[in-house]
Amino acid sequence: MSSSFRAFQGVILLAGFIFLYAPIVILAAMSFNASRLVSVWGGFSTQWYEALFDNEQLMQSAWISLLDATISSCLATILGLLAAVGLARFGAFRSRLLFFGAIHAPLVLPEVVLGLALLSCFVALGVGRGFTTLVIGHVTFTMCFTTVALLAAIRECDPTLEEAAMDLGAPPLNAFLLVALPQIAPALASAFLLAFTLALDDLVIASFATGPGATTLPMRIYSQVRLGVSPQINAISTLLLGMVAVAMGGGALLMRLAGRRRR
Amino acid sequence: MNAGSAIDPAMDMKPLLSIRHICKNYGDTTALDDVSLTIARGEFFALLGPSGCGKTTLMRCIAGFETPDAGQLVLDGCDLAGMPPYRRPVNMMFQSYALFPHLNVYENVAFGLRRKGLAKDVIEARVSELLRLTQLIPYGARRINELSGGQRQRVALARALAPGPTLLLLDEPLGALDRKLREETQFHLKQIQRETGTSFMIVTHDQDEALALADRVAVMRAGRIEQIASPNDIYDRPASRFVAGFVGDTNFIDGVVHHQSAAHLVTDFGAITLSDCQLADGAGATLSIRPEDILARHEGAGIAGVVEDFVFRGDNTLLRVRVSDAMTLRVATWDSRFAVGERVVLQFPAETPALFAESA
Amino acid sequence: MKEAPRLTRGQLLVLLAPYLWIGAFLLAPLLLILKISLSQSVLARPPYRPLFELADGIAGLWSKAQTLTLDAYRTLFTDSLYLDAYISSLTIAAIATLVTLLVAYPFALAMARAPANWRPFLIGLAAAPFWTSFLIRVYAWIALLKDEGLINKALIALGMIDTPIEMFATRFAVIVGIVYSYLPFMLLPIYAALERQDPTLREASADLGASPFETFLRVTLPLSREGVIAGVLLVFIPAVGEFVIPDLLGGSDTLMIGRTLWNDFFANHDWPTASAAAVVLLALLIAPLVALERLRYDPKKDGS
Repeated sequence: MSSSFRAFQGVILLAGFIFLYAPIVILAAMSFNASRLVSVWGGFSTQWYEALFDNEQLMQSAWISLLDATISSCLATILGLLAAVGLARFGAFRSRLLFFGAIHAPLVLPEVVLGLALLSCFVALGVGRGFTTLVIGHVTFTMCFTTVALLAAIRECDPTLEEAAMDLGAPPLNAFLLVALPQIAPALASAFLLAFTLALDDLVIASFATGPGATTLPMRIYSQVRLGVSPQINAISTLLLGMVAVAMGGGALLMRLAGRRRR
Repeated sequence: MNAGSAIDPAMDMKPLLSIRHICKNYGDTTALDDVSLTIARGEFFALLGPSGCGKTTLMRCIAGFETPDAGQLVLDGCDLAGMPPYRRPVNMMFQSYALFPHLNVYENVAFGLRRKGLAKDVIEARVSELLRLTQLIPYGARRINELSGGQRQRVALARALAPGPTLLLLDEPLGALDRKLREETQFHLKQIQRETGTSFMIVTHDQDEALALADRVAVMRAGRIEQIASPNDIYDRPASRFVAGFVGDTNFIDGVVHHQSAAHLVTDFGAITLSDCQLADGAGATLSIRPEDILARHEGAGIAGVVEDFVFRGDNTLLRVRVSDAMTLRVATWDSRFAVGERVVLQFPAETPALFAESA
Repeated sequence: MKEAPRLTRGQLLVLLAPYLWIGAFLLAPLLLILKISLSQSVLARPPYRPLFELADGIAGLWSKAQTLTLDAYRTLFTDSLYLDAYISSLTIAAIATLVTLLVAYPFALAMARAPANWRPFLIGLAAAPFWTSFLIRVYAWIALLKDEGLINKALIALGMIDTPIEMFATRFAVIVGIVYSYLPFMLLPIYAALERQDPTLREASADLGASPFETFLRVTLPLSREGVIAGVLLVFIPAVGEFVIPDLLGGSDTLMIGRTLWNDFFANHDWPTASAAAVVLLALLIAPLVALERLRYDPKKDGS
């Protein structure tokens, strides 16, 4: 490869990663700024973090968000697994096209539309909105993502392995559990994480689906952010970013170790 | 060539597996068309045919992964209809081996035994026995992706044998191995078959493999069985033009039958004496003659021809001899002193069992 | 085509839960929206007139059906606010998608051509922001784009400008926000398409006398078409209905349909109009998708 291409490559990569990471890094730096103003460095301080932990509303919302994300992503992963098995393994059954389309619809459905639809439905059914409806909304929203991820994994999985298991005396369900499941375990984990992240992060659907008493963290952040830059929001954002960074770093490390052991 | 047993083992014993009039269609395509055959206890049986001839479908019907549209499968006196694969006392060695990548060698072999809910020490003894049989003792703790192709093949064999099937199905068992390993494995496979006494049914598109391994071979074409016979008979006495062409190298000579003092096949390059001919005088026919059955000489009586080309093949030399404007014959000879352009005479064998009536 | 087989009882059991969930919480609500969009707006709660009641029976159904109205759709097409919002949404999404493509393509190319042992790390690094909060990433730009924000401060300090450039609360800010937030969606499919390409194809092209640029134009680019199409769809579709970005980074005059819809629903309580707007938005997004799917219909693929 020519040296001019190498130079171009280096510049592009550098510029690209600066574009991706600078806003995040600046945000994190500002959370330690003693000054309230964005552009003035008032010295290093952790006062915004301290304020954060005294903010009971915020802490409660964080708890609700975590609980909601955990429950909804578990449900979405299970439903996604069932749907993916059906789509990958049951052949061209009747109503498959409808099912396939419906499962994938939330991928192209604007969140505002899905939120609106869910809210109308809850109101029409006379269901009081709250934590349960929040979870229902998030399962519906994230299920298509888990299905897509798991569908790809199940397709990768050689069906003759399950046939071999059946040939050796395992009934179909056992064959799936003993042979296919261990192989799609990584995909299962990443589908769960994807659903978890989406649910934890979602503002739009939560705003429509939830009710009083179940205000999520993104909703709190959003209502603050609309008023402008707030150091406390910087602090909680940095915490969230840090958590993701630690989780990703840990995940990458684990994968590496697992990969090395396998070799 | 294989010196297969002269007696048909299926004749003197109650068959282990009877396949009766099996049909299977996929939409408009016919995979199996009224297939019937029997497999004897302890027999090594081969299903031979080009890809798409239905041999794999037949095997999958026996294993229970496909349901025949019509016909009956009887294994050991028991009708297999409606019996799911996991209840059939038949095991299969998959073409891809289908080894479980998340389990080690030991656990792969133990898989079928665990499904039977056997006691731990029984499983351990059986797995050790199979690992010994397949020379895999040192590899029990290995993962599948740490094995070579030949080792994987042996794990697949051990795994399929472990539950003690009454019939073992092998789908292209040597297909993924390289040439040298293949021959070695053929001997190994035969030895294991003898030691275990299990009936083997192998599916292959490789004629050498079928002839080398099996006691009996069924040649399939387009969902139908063309011939079931011992390897010797398949090779020397093919029942159809297709079998003659598919199994081994041959020359097809078209001509017209002419009965004089003896029967002859009259061709555009001369007449060939036929040893045994049921066809009427004047009937169109095709004779199949193997290259090694034609004798090429520098001089003497016979059909005249000119050497057009030759290929040295190690133990012999293959000549292409032009006998007429429209016809060249392939002749295998141990005599390597032929030159391009040389005039030769060809002598045909006295026995000509492979004569086929002209098909419509 | 084979006749579609019926599902066995076990298979039905597997599909029952996802079927019911999708039916109850996705299909039914979407149908409900369609229904609401055809009802008359009444200032009651819920702010639409119930159209069908199970108790009404068939006779009631017909009399109720006569109360169906296209008023909401009429409002949509006569009220310039909605028309402008649709046009503006499509324009902003189109520009932002184009910019994202122009940023992502060289970036993806640079990563795909990096040494093989670097690639997983680079692509991991590029995809990592996707796992962080979308809201926070959009929010981070407020501090950069404001008049007294870091970009303006930096430019003034460098002496390049005297007065701050107005970036925050403009269309520009919304486009920057979309490009930034959706970059991974464009990057990953293009990278995948480029990385998959056999490097000997480029060698063959060079061997046949093509310059590097010609090779890029005639070999690399056409072969990455699928990735580009996927990336464009993954960015354009959510961008049209985007709410958070125009709300946080856009000005009060930056109209986008997602935001207009939100306001109609929460502030004006005009459910029929909001529902009609949602129905039209869906139609706008799905029509090109269906057309595209028709264009490159492959019966071997899914959905057949």
